[in-house]
Amino acid sequence: MFRYIMSRIGYMFVTLFIIILLSFVLMQTLPGSPFNDEKLPPAQKELLYEKYGLDKPVAEQFVTYLKNLSQGDLGVSFTFDNRPVTKIISERIGASAILGMQAILLGTMVGLLLGILAALRHNTFWDYGAMLIAVLGISIPSFVFAGFLQYWVGVKLGWLPIAFWGGFEYSILPTFALSVSVVATIARFTRIEMLEVLGQEYIITAKSKGLSSFEIIGKHGIRNALIPIITIIGPLIVNTITGSLVIEKIFSIPGLGEQFVNSIITNDYQLIMGTTIFYAVLFIVVVLIVDILYGFIDPRIRVAGGNR
Amino acid sequence: MDYILQVKNLHVSFDTYAGEVQAVRGVSFDLKAGETLAIVGESGSGKSVTSKSLVRLNPPESTRVKNGEILFEGKNILNITEQEMRKIRGADIAMIFQDPMTALNPTMTIGKQIAESIRKHTNMGSTKVKDRVIELLQMVGIKDAETRIKQYPHQFSGGMRQRIVIAMALACEPKIIIADEPTTALDVSIQAQILELLKHIQQQMGLSIVFITHDLGVVAKMADRVAVMYAGKIVEIGLVDEVFYKTTHPYTKGLLAAMPRPNMMSDELYSIPGSPPDLLNLPQGDAFAERNKQALKIDFIEEPPLFQISDTHFAATWLLHELAPKTVPLENKSEESMSSDFVLEQEHTTKENLILVKGLKQYFKLDKHNTVKAVDDISFNIYKGEIFGLVGESGCGKSTTGRSLIKLNDMTAGEVIIDGKDIRKVKSKKELLEFNRKVQMIFQDPYSSLNPRMKVADIIAEGLDIHHLNVNQRQEKVHDLLETVGLNKEHANRYPHEFSGGQRQRIGIARALAVEPDFIIADEPISALDVSIQAQIVNLLKKLQKEKGLTYLFIAHDLSMVKYISDRIGVMYRGKIVEMASSEELYENPIHPYTKSLLSALPLPDPLLERERKRIIFDDQSYEGRNRENEILREVRKGHFVMCTEQEYEEYRKTIKVVNH
Repeated sequence: MFRYIMSRIGYMFVTLFIIILLSFVLMQTLPGSPFNDEKLPPAQKELLYEKYGLDKPVAEQFVTYLKNLSQGDLGVSFTFDNRPVTKIISERIGASAILGMQAILLGTMVGLLLGILAALRHNTFWDYGAMLIAVLGISIPSFVFAGFLQYWVGVKLGWLPIAFWGGFEYSILPTFALSVSVVATIARFTRIEMLEVLGQEYIITAKSKGLSSFEIIGKHGIRNALIPIITIIGPLIVNTITGSLVIEKIFSIPGLGEQFVNSIITNDYQLIMGTTIFYAVLFIVVVLIVDILYGFIDPRIRVAGGNR
Repeated sequence: MDYILQVKNLHVSFDTYAGEVQAVRGVSFDLKAGETLAIVGESGSGKSVTSKSLVRLNPPESTRVKNGEILFEGKNILNITEQEMRKIRGADIAMIFQDPMTALNPTMTIGKQIAESIRKHTNMGSTKVKDRVIELLQMVGIKDAETRIKQYPHQFSGGMRQRIVIAMALACEPKIIIADEPTTALDVSIQAQILELLKHIQQQMGLSIVFITHDLGVVAKMADRVAVMYAGKIVEIGLVDEVFYKTTHPYTKGLLAAMPRPNMMSDELYSIPGSPPDLLNLPQGDAFAERNKQALKIDFIEEPPLFQISDTHFAATWLLHELAPKTVPLENKSEESMSSDFVLEQEHTTKENLILVKGLKQYFKLDKHNTVKAVDDISFNIYKGEIFGLVGESGCGKSTTGRSLIKLNDMTAGEVIIDGKDIRKVKSKKELLEFNRKVQMIFQDPYSSLNPRMKVADIIAEGLDIHHLNVNQRQEKVHDLLETVGLNKEHANRYPHEFSGGQRQRIGIARALAVEPDFIIADEPISALDVSIQAQIVNLLKKLQKEKGLTYLFIAHDLSMVKYISDRIGVMYRGKIVEMASSEELYENPIHPYTKSLLSALPLPDPLLERERKRIIFDDQSYEGRNRENEILREVRKGHFVMCTEQEYEEYRKTIKVVNH
């Protein structure tokens, strides 16, 4: 198991390097620069280029960047008064993480329930109802749902704040809006997996032992259905955390997603690179955790990993 | 006599989109304490549905029990609540399922799985439960039970898993065990072990067993009484000796005749024509009438009732009616009848090598350190026009050998010469085309080996299309081929799903024949088929061999079928051929201990014989541990090769001389 994790971490660094290289080269070769202001005199522009090392060849810049990166230095932002990128990310990530985690937690739980319900009541009103919710959740964009929530719950009923960030009550509406697609994805997947598992012979075996339906689902059904679901939860978490930028904009939440969009508009190379690397690391780590978790749920994988 | 279970006039149907499937139509039987009742039938006969009905395990949404009673200790199981039913399941009536690979939950330790029903039905404390689980595992022959209870199903072999499933069924000391094809997924020697275990436990605990199977050999070994099912009805029921030796129903007779017996010399197997009826639209009268050569007029009008033959023996055939004509014995003629009888007289194998395999090795690399030696240095030859059988248990390398011969694998070492050409040197496109024309393959599973989106005509003609025949020639050729394999011209425009398993296998054979090959590799071509259909396919293969002078490599695990069809046989064990001889010689004088044990483990459809037989146990471990460097295939007797050391060779020769005197 230890060797397995170590080799996975090795691969992680290779993946990360490729991501950094590609985004660095792409960013540099695309037209435009952080100092595009037409009012800026050429002499001053050159000075700025020299200060940030942008006048050097791309290869040299890349090596310098890697050197700094290896010491945990993501550089400074070009647009935010020379503030370090790491600081900007750490200030901004809090709101995004809370929002994302809440949405994932809520979405997974509701999704699992709906999916299991649909599978148990296969081809009945319950099944069709749950799947209707799932299809709506996937096909309606989250910002439409967000606007709907803001209008009805926020404005009409006046129960919850409709924007800004401060305290738990501010996070409720955006969490709901963000979790809709999670619910839909998880519910559809759970239903399919659960139906598959319920058709397995060990379910009939369990029934022939005299267990009740509740015990059969709880002890033999869910865990086996969960194995494939775990694989999609990983990417789903990352998608939700990084993909919350629209929701963050609508609810005016100072999150990382919003920051990322702004940095792309202003060509803030350092900030773009920093955020990209942060997202990449997040993604890779989550996938690794999911794979390790997989082994804990499915003993067949655990042993195979241990032997090699 | 007290009955522990009585089934009276049970009718079970399934609602499907196409309509109502009448799976069980008026089944009645009873079960005494301590006896084994075998229910025999082919797929779709309703035997599994009947057995599942006994504990109400059929899917509740689509199943309808239309009529009947199931009395367990005087209580009608069909009328009690689900809660009461759950108290009976596992505690009084337990089940053993067919496939131990899927019957166990892969994510739960076996200890927990066995303990589950104990916890459910008793109030034992957890240490007592654990002790009981260990005791059960020891009872079913699993060593180191204390440590193994913490392991997961994938850490056990197939045979061991079936033992665990049995331990699970025994956990609450049930009165009845329903075993639904419990050994079908296992190898013969493992099957023999499991059957012996079941018998032993039955005697120990005084269990009643309902044993569902399609294998008459297993029935002969296990059953006290037998019920034969066909199209949802019991057509014959009686004591095992009555059913085997005083066989009355034409279907039972047909089933028994369709099984090859090792001492059988006849050149053709009896086969029941046609295939089982569609349970959606049952024909009028007796469901078996269409396939019954002795059918009377009344068979097509009215279903026969069960006639009583003795106190214990009943059969549902009008032949038993007092007005019926006297029965004639089954004629050994079938639709695959030989075209000309004089061919039989001829020696159809000329002693000319078509295939020569020398030192074939096929290794598969798992990773840096592990290599699987699937085929490890085997040599054999196949004469022109001969059927060479390759037998062995799963994992012995027999299928790999077949795949290497047709270049599906890149062989690791060795030489394979087919019709004078080294197949390793076949490389250019033209040579490969020629090679693929000469060598064809028939696969095991007729369901997955035909592309479901292609018409039968296109499946068959795919190999022909390289030769750019015009449309008419192509069609004519396809029609010819369909007729050769016993199908009709009209079948050409249909899709595979419209055919039964046996018909699909015929399509597979027609596809192989299309390019007029010299050599056909048949990899378990009949193991997915029902007994009566198996005989049809085997007869077809034999007929084609004679008519077209084909040469076969026949790969199978069913020893009696291999013996019947093959001229010579090679027995494989762990990647090596351990014995090779003509099929009669091999069955009469098996020499290698592995061959002996395999033959003795094979259940024969003959209850008297089965009662006397002793199984020869092959010591796997000590054989593995032995230094086998000096062992090579030596010719102990003309044409009879055995893998042995110099010393063993001398011993074998001595014993053979004694036999000869």
